[in-house]
Amino acid sequence: MSDLNTQAVARYKNNFLREVEERVEEGNMVKMCMQCGVCAGSCPFGPHWQHSPQKIFMMIRAGKREEVLSSDSMWMCTSCYNCIVRCPRKLPITHIMHGLANYAHRLNLAAKGQPTRDVARLFWNNLMKTGRINELTFSLGLYFKDGFIQGIKNSLAMQAAGLGLLKAKRLNPMEIFGGHKCKEKSGIHRMIAKAREIEDRRRGLA
Amino acid sequence: MTASIATSQGILVVGGGISGMTAALEAAECGKQVILVEKTPSLGGRTAQLYRYFPKMCHPSCGMEINLKRIKGNPNLRVMTMTEVIAVSGTRGNYAVTLKVTPRYVTPDCTACGECGKVVASEVADPFNYGLSKVKAAYLPHAMAYPQRYVIDPLIVDTAEGEAAKAACKYGAVDLGMKEETIQINVGSVVWTTGWRPYDAAKIQPYGYDRYANVITSVEFERLCDPHGPTGGKILRPGDGKEARNIAFIQCAGSRDENHLPHCSRICCMASLKQTQYVREAYGDGENAGKSTIYYIDIRAIDRLEDFYRMVQQDPTVSFVKSKVARIAENKENGNPVLHGVDTEGYHRYATEHDLVVLAVGMEAEVTGVKLPEDIILDSSNFIEGSRDGGMFGAGAASSPLDVNRSVQSATAASLKAIQVIYKTASTEAA
Repeated sequence: MSDLNTQAVARYKNNFLREVEERVEEGNMVKMCMQCGVCAGSCPFGPHWQHSPQKIFMMIRAGKREEVLSSDSMWMCTSCYNCIVRCPRKLPITHIMHGLANYAHRLNLAAKGQPTRDVARLFWNNLMKTGRINELTFSLGLYFKDGFIQGIKNSLAMQAAGLGLLKAKRLNPMEIFGGHKCKEKSGIHRMIAKAREIEDRRRGLA
Repeated sequence: MTASIATSQGILVVGGGISGMTAALEAAECGKQVILVEKTPSLGGRTAQLYRYFPKMCHPSCGMEINLKRIKGNPNLRVMTMTEVIAVSGTRGNYAVTLKVTPRYVTPDCTACGECGKVVASEVADPFNYGLSKVKAAYLPHAMAYPQRYVIDPLIVDTAEGEAAKAACKYGAVDLGMKEETIQINVGSVVWTTGWRPYDAAKIQPYGYDRYANVITSVEFERLCDPHGPTGGKILRPGDGKEARNIAFIQCAGSRDENHLPHCSRICCMASLKQTQYVREAYGDGENAGKSTIYYIDIRAIDRLEDFYRMVQQDPTVSFVKSKVARIAENKENGNPVLHGVDTEGYHRYATEHDLVVLAVGMEAEVTGVKLPEDIILDSSNFIEGSRDGGMFGAGAASSPLDVNRSVQSATAASLKAIQVIYKTASTEAA
């Protein structure tokens, strides 16, 4: 268990709804759900998640903290916004799903090996290196995330696309040596650090 | 006759549905001079278009008959149909009201013999059946219409058909030269009983009311079940005219929805519970029993009507699914609507096919042809709360989503308030 998690458990005891209200993006809207089920029925990924948004909202109220935060359901959201458009109570369901995923990630409770989480982490770390996303190293990182052999297989499968991009001059092979950077990398880092500090303070995570 | 009512001691009631008829009668029976205006050609409003009432399952014709008898027998009450209020000025105790009378093209000499209708071939959508059927362009609005007088649709007025209708009338009651009239009256108080209208179901995009023939509204279902309706009381679905036996009722179609009507329309749960009993009545509960399924968020059987809900719960032909349906698709082969959603009692995903879907549409305040004075105070859903000067009142479904019973109570209350305005302002004048 991470320190943040231990702290959160001590602070909110069994009141998971309050924890979500205070610490999750748009979490204060969770209590507005009237359990009609339109979000669950409208989600194009519906049959593939373990818990629908409707069920997650009920689980939050029921204090099922571990089950919710370690579930991979909210990571399945593709932001199609069907649920938000149809929700009769206008809950920002998509935002709450991303908020929950982010919170679970911060507490290090999120589902291990969840592909969306892995990609997001890869993207973020790649971006933070130079202040710009390096498409070549990001793609390679993605191909090789499950080991060397699988990486070779993935690369071969995408060979045609890669060569096409090279030919069209949309992919510079020299980017492998670090690539182009922002003018002032440290400035970006300071900005992000400040933003995080503000957000953590607001969410009580500082 | 006009002289006696054109004083500021009179009361104007706007809208001749069950609330307007009640408000007008209560005041007239207390000795007040009352004018009741109605924009359509006959009284009764949406109540007359119901097949039966809950909870006693009686027919509206019975109550209509009693009210019409009271109206006919009361010299204090003047009824004006095809009349709209276009302007109100003045203040409590002394309003000047401008009325617009649309030509009916038929004079009071009409005996409702029906000869004009026989010679006319053109047809128009029948508003009494919510457009589910057509009616001749010279027609009686419905069997119990008051006044019992034909109407000629403007469509045929300047045509040979109009002339033929005129020639066919043995009583010389067809007057094709009738013109729109504007009338000024003075009254002391106004009761607005302008009623409600069903929420436009086509706006609820995922339910496909505008795309699927076998998705209809609850008000249309009333007409389908009525022996005087377009199908002679047989539950034949509009798509292919096949008998519908497996019927789904979707609650909160538009109501309790921030994207549509934020308020609960109150009557729709009871209306659907009632309509399951039409299905039972049509097919019995034996081997060939029909099947009703109610999809709901929660059942709100208003007021003292919980007993009715319990009775329907015991009915083996009725089942309940706790879920707001997410969307409707159509089975292309047989035209059946397929309901998709997830239920709240166990989170089971379903895709259920029915013969016919009835959307229990919400009530919104009627605004078509209604021009309310600026002094009127509306609530957040456009229902009438009253007027700033305290001389005008809302009643019935114009004031809140109400069933027939509660509309009558509300109308009686508003009538009493209007009478008080007359007495108070009259005594001020005297003093």
